[in-house]
Amino acid sequence: MSAAMLIARRELLAYVRSPLGASVVAAALLVDGIYFYWKGLTEKLVSAQVLQEFFYGASGTTMVAAIVLSMRLLAEERQLGTLTLLNTSPVRDGEIIVGKFISAFGILAVMTLLTLYMPLLIFVNGKVSVAHIAVGYLGLLLLGAACIAIGLFASALAKSQVVAAIVGVVILVPLLLLWVVARAVDPPLNTFLSALALHHENYRPFMVGILELRAVAFYLAVTYFFLLAATKTLEARRWR
Amino acid sequence: MIEISELYKYYGDRRAVGPVTATIDKGEIVGLLGLNGAGKTTTLRVLACDLLPTSGTVRVGGIDVVESPHEVRKKVGYLPDTPPVYPEMTVEEYLVFAAKLRGVGAAQVQKRVGEALELTQTAVERSTPIFALSHGFRQRVGIAQAIVHRPEFVVLDEPISGLDPVQIVEMRDLVRGLGGEHTVVVSSHILSEISETCDRIFVIRDGEIVASGSEAELSSRFLRGMRLEVTLRAGDGLDAALEAMRAVSGVTSVEHAAVPSREPRAVDLTVTADGDVREELSRALVGAGHGLLELRRGERELESVFLELSRSAGTAARKKVKKKPAPEPIEEAP
Repeated sequence: MSAAMLIARRELLAYVRSPLGASVVAAALLVDGIYFYWKGLTEKLVSAQVLQEFFYGASGTTMVAAIVLSMRLLAEERQLGTLTLLNTSPVRDGEIIVGKFISAFGILAVMTLLTLYMPLLIFVNGKVSVAHIAVGYLGLLLLGAACIAIGLFASALAKSQVVAAIVGVVILVPLLLLWVVARAVDPPLNTFLSALALHHENYRPFMVGILELRAVAFYLAVTYFFLLAATKTLEARRWR
Repeated sequence: MIEISELYKYYGDRRAVGPVTATIDKGEIVGLLGLNGAGKTTTLRVLACDLLPTSGTVRVGGIDVVESPHEVRKKVGYLPDTPPVYPEMTVEEYLVFAAKLRGVGAAQVQKRVGEALELTQTAVERSTPIFALSHGFRQRVGIAQAIVHRPEFVVLDEPISGLDPVQIVEMRDLVRGLGGEHTVVVSSHILSEISETCDRIFVIRDGEIVASGSEAELSSRFLRGMRLEVTLRAGDGLDAALEAMRAVSGVTSVEHAAVPSREPRAVDLTVTADGDVREELSRALVGAGHGLLELRRGERELESVFLELSRSAGTAARKKVKKKPAPEPIEEAP
């Protein structure tokens, strides 16, 4: 087993044995369920719109869950002193980061897939495309991966979990609000800023069931960038 | 063998360590002795490749810590001042994880974990979650993770910190037992621990090694003369006994001990002399017919050397020291 998978397995065990993993999943499912009930049963929307609204609401819980799950990944290790074990083992910093990412993404993926019964309920009284559901979930997972990478980077910077969560939010919110800034500026800067927005421009195609490779590439690039930044942060700490 | 040459480590503008030059032979148990903030932990972290040096060369088993930190880490087992344990794991789960992380092959993991559990006497707690262990057992588990991959070099930062007297004795035996097969570097600010367990002592102050050698070597090099503790039978001839002692060549003073004797009808004296006068002193007292109950070297001799050598530590360590221009920067390893 590679070092990254070894670290990921230990992290998953920690999520399972601590109340954090279950609490985050339970809270996210509760919020998603209430939102779905509100949109699906109390508003007069067609099936595709219900599904679209579901993916919109789930993206919010996914982002919050990703930050909460990732804030502890390195900051907690630093608080416990266990980061020293990883730092003094023959493991590369990149493997530590990938292992941590896989574990948090694994929990987030389980959480996301547990919401699957909600879109399937639409089939009781309506009709939606399975492809729409699949593309929507792909978008949720990609958005979640990017947010975990941002949270992991924040966790690499911070000494405590609370600070890691704050730093994560401080990075995430401007990236979310870039589309608002884009509205206020002239072309071509508005196009550029809009294309960099974490949610609006890049997530909406997934919500409506359109698979855009540009959006997929965007989320993969954001994920890679922040994982790389987290790796470099770990490396830099050895030179301090 | 560990070879350290002109090692410097700066945190920003503050010099934590340097210049340090030292060699540690294979199988030796070496102690880093210094007050808090003297630079012990930073030096050990560099040896364990947790930190990289600002300048200088550190070779562990012939491998440079900057050029090949990955290779060095395979050869080193490190116990930081706080054992790096995951509270939710059981002792065995944790050691299996540590062994695999250190590259022990799947077929060897159980064997190595068993050896580490046995050596550190933690086998009885193998299924216990770490959060339920006492501090002493956690420290033992910390050592177990440091030796589970049979490293050539074991680096222990304050291994007796926070242990009770019984645990200290057991830990001392454990560390001594590691010598020979492993090269061991131990740090402590407690002199007796270092002198009990180590073949050689490095006294570190303000990030520099100010003295090194065995306990006897340090005593003979830095002590001005010798201090003896003498216990005599109390009685009428005490004044004559004091005169006889003062008459011995080399004796510079004879004084009553600061702490009264715990023995009934006995008097404790402190004798200082230019050199080793134990034979002459005992001959003079016995020859003169005085009741000599005990004569021994002062137990706190080395402590006084340590205090002398460490005098300015602590305060100086907190000062901001400007970077020296001399050390050349090291290129980052590819």
